[in-house]
Amino acid sequence: MKIAVNHLARIEGHANLVIDSVRGTVRELRLEIVEAPRFFEPMLTGRHYSDVAHIAARICGICSNSHTLVSLQATEQALGIEVSEQTQSLRRLLAFGEILQSHLVQLFFMALPDYYGEASILPLVHTERALVQHALELKKLANDILRVVGGRPVHPVTPVVGGFARLPEAADLQELRRRLVRVLPDLEASVEIFGSLDYPDFERDTDCFSLRGGDDYPLFGRQLVSSGGVDCAVEDYRDVLEEYLVPWSTAKFARLQGRCFMVGPLARLRNNFDLLSPMARQVAEALGLTPDTANPYRILAARLVEVVHGVERAIHLIDELLLAGLQAEEPLPPQRHGRAVAVIEAPRGLLFHSYSYDAQGRIEQADCLIPTAQNLANIEADLRARVPELLETGREELTRQCEQLIRAYDPCISCSTHLLTIDFA
Amino acid sequence: MKPRVGFFDFASCEGCQLTVLNLENELLDLVELMEIVEFREISSAHGEELDIAFVEGSICRPEDVKRLRAIRARSRQLIALGACADTAGINALTSDRPVAELVREVYGDKGEAFLVAGRPRPLEAFVPVDGRVPGCPIDGGEFLTVLQALLIGRTPELPTFAVCAECKLRELPCTFERDVICLGPITRAGCNAHCIAEGDRCRGCRGMVDAPRSGPYYRILEEYGLSEEQIRDELRLYNLGGEAKK
Repeated sequence: MKIAVNHLARIEGHANLVIDSVRGTVRELRLEIVEAPRFFEPMLTGRHYSDVAHIAARICGICSNSHTLVSLQATEQALGIEVSEQTQSLRRLLAFGEILQSHLVQLFFMALPDYYGEASILPLVHTERALVQHALELKKLANDILRVVGGRPVHPVTPVVGGFARLPEAADLQELRRRLVRVLPDLEASVEIFGSLDYPDFERDTDCFSLRGGDDYPLFGRQLVSSGGVDCAVEDYRDVLEEYLVPWSTAKFARLQGRCFMVGPLARLRNNFDLLSPMARQVAEALGLTPDTANPYRILAARLVEVVHGVERAIHLIDELLLAGLQAEEPLPPQRHGRAVAVIEAPRGLLFHSYSYDAQGRIEQADCLIPTAQNLANIEADLRARVPELLETGREELTRQCEQLIRAYDPCISCSTHLLTIDFA
Repeated sequence: MKPRVGFFDFASCEGCQLTVLNLENELLDLVELMEIVEFREISSAHGEELDIAFVEGSICRPEDVKRLRAIRARSRQLIALGACADTAGINALTSDRPVAELVREVYGDKGEAFLVAGRPRPLEAFVPVDGRVPGCPIDGGEFLTVLQALLIGRTPELPTFAVCAECKLRELPCTFERDVICLGPITRAGCNAHCIAEGDRCRGCRGMVDAPRSGPYYRILEEYGLSEEQIRDELRLYNLGGEAKK
């Protein structure tokens, strides 16, 4: 049986799935990345530090804030620019806004239609109107955080090297806080929906790779850990992570200590379960997640737990900001030039930007390592383990469950092309 | 019969389609006004004949050209969605370097064996385009304006004046007063000077106005001490002009 799904739907970017099986044995299985390569590293080479985050944001529309924030951090570290507590708090708020926005789009727009047997959320506008309105309200709130803090949801304008080009108004932050508090009870409806989904019964344990927070569930950080024993400083990421080419992909694949591994919501949750906010922890338990959950279909549940965590943390961050009072600040000029690596837990997992700058403040060399590129080999390994279990179910069910599995990872392929395709050959 | 609409994408970040999805207040009404028959980012449905195709992204490879022509052939109207589709956008930043060199730099020597890449070009280099929503990313409000024109059978028109005019209407202080270079004087309006209002400057993502008065503008830039190379650098981000965009 040959199955080829070209241009998989409800993922960000272009990938094909190719599966070729003969008499119950999988002969070939490839996740082909067919996104046109865009060469972001060469685009950044020679650019002045004031333009770098602006360009880096354009690697990806759905996680443009993560790219912006990690880019600014790499630049600031390379140029010796310190940023204030206030800037750090606003950036964290922006990062949570994006995690909420990205997770909600994936959960409701990309994943849920599979479980309702629909091609998209659009038919649900008529059959499940309350659910669609609930999803849109949540998503709008997430985007409004991005508007108030970052200037717009896609490709933020206000975050600049050294701080912010414009600060949010206290009144706007207060209004966001009111809405965030109001939305918490509504999230119970989401927990209900994603708690009752019929997740396929499949487990494959893998190495979970993430930041380890100090005393908080990680967003930014300097220490990388994995359930398989990796424990290293962010600067040394190239010692444990290796990228490699596969001939069917315009995205590089990656290995951690020579093996495939997982990044993203479930990996973060497993490595930092003890650091979830109180409500998020309750939700994790209600959804049956533990530090040992090894069913990749349940990444959806982990994603929802992170939504709850993000709402709760955003409320606290706004409180801290309002209590301290927002102060206008002048960004500091560069103090030196050199190399630096920064990392952020983007919605889909670890996102690394590494830059070296010359004395004129221009990029000599850039390297971006994207969460989806890190997950690709693991998605393929999951599919290889899952497909033989499904060969009896027939082409349609097999394809459906493979697509569900791929979507659970929420691959973001625009991003990963330095960056992916799925054909069933 | 509701008009049948499709959304497609090529080399891009998909941020313009996301900007459409971010019209939370209008989305339920839009779904009533038209039939969205294709939108790969959020739907696995496929349509055949389309009244309007919104296409995001630049065209880089022979396979992209083929797919674009097939979309054009079944669409009554085709609209370029965002800078990548309209002018090649930020993708054109690398267009002054040979593609083979870029492949080597990012993918190493092994990459050349299997990687098909090409110079990013706008849609209109290959197919007729009936309208455009410029910007990086597009402005959601402007998308609605263009869509409205299409739905009532009018040709969508873009502003013919520069961002400066919108900036002054909003009474924003000119960035040149703080010694910050801005491309507002030569960039096509329609964004309501959004980036300037948010504390940044205009970087020209919407492309130039028709017949920009670039002579006097360059003289001003020179007065501010910018070298020819720096001016080129400013324009490179979205307005390299010449080869890359044709």
